Amino acid sequence: MANSIKNHLAGKLEDALTEDLKKKASSNYEGLSDEELFTFAEYNSEEAERTGYSNYSYWKATLQVFLKNKVAVFLLIVMGAIVLFTFIQPYLPNQLDPNLINNNPMTFMQYRNVQPGELPQFILGTNSIGQDLWARIWAGTRTSLFIGLAVAIVEAVLGITMGVLWGYVRKLDFFFTEVYNILDNIPQTLVLILISYMVTPSIQSMIFAMCLTSWIQMARFIRNQIIIIRDRDYNLASRCLGTSTFKIIMKNLLPYLVSIIMLRMALSIPAAIGNEVFITYIGLGLPSDTVSLGRLINDGRELMMSPDLRYQLIFPTIVLSIVTISFYIIGNAFSDAADPKNHK
Amino acid sequence: MLQYLAKRFGRSIISLFIIISVVFILLRQMPIEGYFPNYEKMTDLQIQNGLEALGLNDPIPVQLGRFWVDLLHGDLGESITYRQKVPVTEIIAEKIPYSVKLGSMAIVVSLLAGIPMGAMMARYKGKWFDKFGTLFIVFIQAVPAAVYYLFIQLYGTIILDIPLMFDPSNPKSWILPVISMSLGNIAYYGMWLRRYMVDETNKDYVKLATAKGLSGNKVFFKHVFRNAFVPLIQYLPTSFLNTVIGSIYIESLYSVPGMGGLLVQVIKKSDNTMVQGIVLLYATVGVIGLLLGDILMTVIDPRISLSKKEEGR
Repeated sequence: MANSIKNHLAGKLEDALTEDLKKKASSNYEGLSDEELFTFAEYNSEEAERTGYSNYSYWKATLQVFLKNKVAVFLLIVMGAIVLFTFIQPYLPNQLDPNLINNNPMTFMQYRNVQPGELPQFILGTNSIGQDLWARIWAGTRTSLFIGLAVAIVEAVLGITMGVLWGYVRKLDFFFTEVYNILDNIPQTLVLILISYMVTPSIQSMIFAMCLTSWIQMARFIRNQIIIIRDRDYNLASRCLGTSTFKIIMKNLLPYLVSIIMLRMALSIPAAIGNEVFITYIGLGLPSDTVSLGRLINDGRELMMSPDLRYQLIFPTIVLSIVTISFYIIGNAFSDAADPKNHK
Repeated sequence: MLQYLAKRFGRSIISLFIIISVVFILLRQMPIEGYFPNYEKMTDLQIQNGLEALGLNDPIPVQLGRFWVDLLHGDLGESITYRQKVPVTEIIAEKIPYSVKLGSMAIVVSLLAGIPMGAMMARYKGKWFDKFGTLFIVFIQAVPAAVYYLFIQLYGTIILDIPLMFDPSNPKSWILPVISMSLGNIAYYGMWLRRYMVDETNKDYVKLATAKGLSGNKVFFKHVFRNAFVPLIQYLPTSFLNTVIGSIYIESLYSVPGMGGLLVQVIKKSDNTMVQGIVLLYATVGVIGLLLGDILMTVIDPRISLSKKEEGR
């Protein structure tokens, strides 16, 4: 019953549309002869060359879309400025060494817990043993950003290579799943302690320990993405036409994943920095003469209970928060921009 | 399905075996000073006797074999340095209830708050609620947990007038640890549910449902929500089971006698038997959680099948 009504309605609609179309067509072209209606196109060699040309360039379009996101561009500039400043800060005049314990030249006492702005030489005050907090924050930011960046790069290179193999080559699935289970379950603390017995703890050994277990997470992420697109028609077609596996991976699979890989990488930088804070918290952090944001935050935590010393926790937390928010928003904006569906 | 489960179960057992063996071997690389609290004062003979008593002088395969045989008898051994001569199972059994109780409550709270939040954010995408929620999510992700936990404890105890430390007999003192632990998960559920729901809204069946005249709310909560929730279901069993791990920050802040930080502590004290026991527990919980999550997903969404024959290459 319902169907017949629908058919009837559809039929009516079709009739009305055809009628309308006919009316339009006849009104424009009525009374024209065949010669007026049809003329031969002339052959033009220059026009022929131009067929199919488009000045679309993937990276250019990505950049254009990204630049439209004002907040992300602003944060990118802020991040750039922070990175640049961590490098030039030690060479500016009147900068103190982050590890130097400052003594008052009159009384020979340490400048302990000087409030921010109390003395002109200590912009952000000093900590409980008289070290300059301003210098320490910049040195710590430099260390933490370096750790984050290094871990993210190693994760990306190892994680993408292994993840693609894991996802694309079915025979390796069992092997990698096993490796994942093992690496995922070995406590990071154990790895850190063992490494600290083998070599003296340093930034390098910390980065090594962090990468040793974290690349597998990236690989798993890539693997899941690869599995989703592995058997799409265009890949099947390439395979049937005999394209080599390497070429399929480089030309078909990875370009498709650019946007999500970028987002994941942008997020792994703050994740590594946060991990460093945690490692310092459990007491396995960098040696005490290497300042990092983790050390500053943990030093600050201990003074939390006295309100007028809280600035020692708040300043490093603000820097860490700015870094995290920036990477989060830049990563999201870039990921949106790298998706060709958002290109015009 | 049953065949698939059996196969997967078998594989999990193999995984567990390999994990524990690797950790076991790694633990044997730790320096021997850790086993004895007063190492400096001991003579060589005492050290040798001590190692002999702990069975550490045998070759590693022999030790590993002994560990597996004991494990099959349900014996995880006794703690070496953490609490000397106390069975590992006893220590763990004492601590687990605290962590599981607090953790499960935190997950229930985060589900109750995070899911409506994510759904509302997706429903009113771009409106003030969405913006407010995004701000909350970015804030929670940006500020280190170690820092905002401190502030919650500091001001929460003053404002609500509740004790600073955890007290099992006083339910009031559970409020702050539970809230602190759930904040991260609220942001997590909210963020992902919003993402999945927004993606789902663009699909054809939603357009069809709207076109045939269903009300916006009905489409949203009956169709979109149910489909968008499937990917999140997979993590539910894992998140409940993972509460046995406990939260290291929270439990040390409120001095909860739970599992949080226990692993770190016993690794630092090179208490091998404790480490093995805890790693075995965590790994088992992880493997079971993944399996349960996959099963739950097939129950919720009948289109997903685990035992599908994969075509060969």
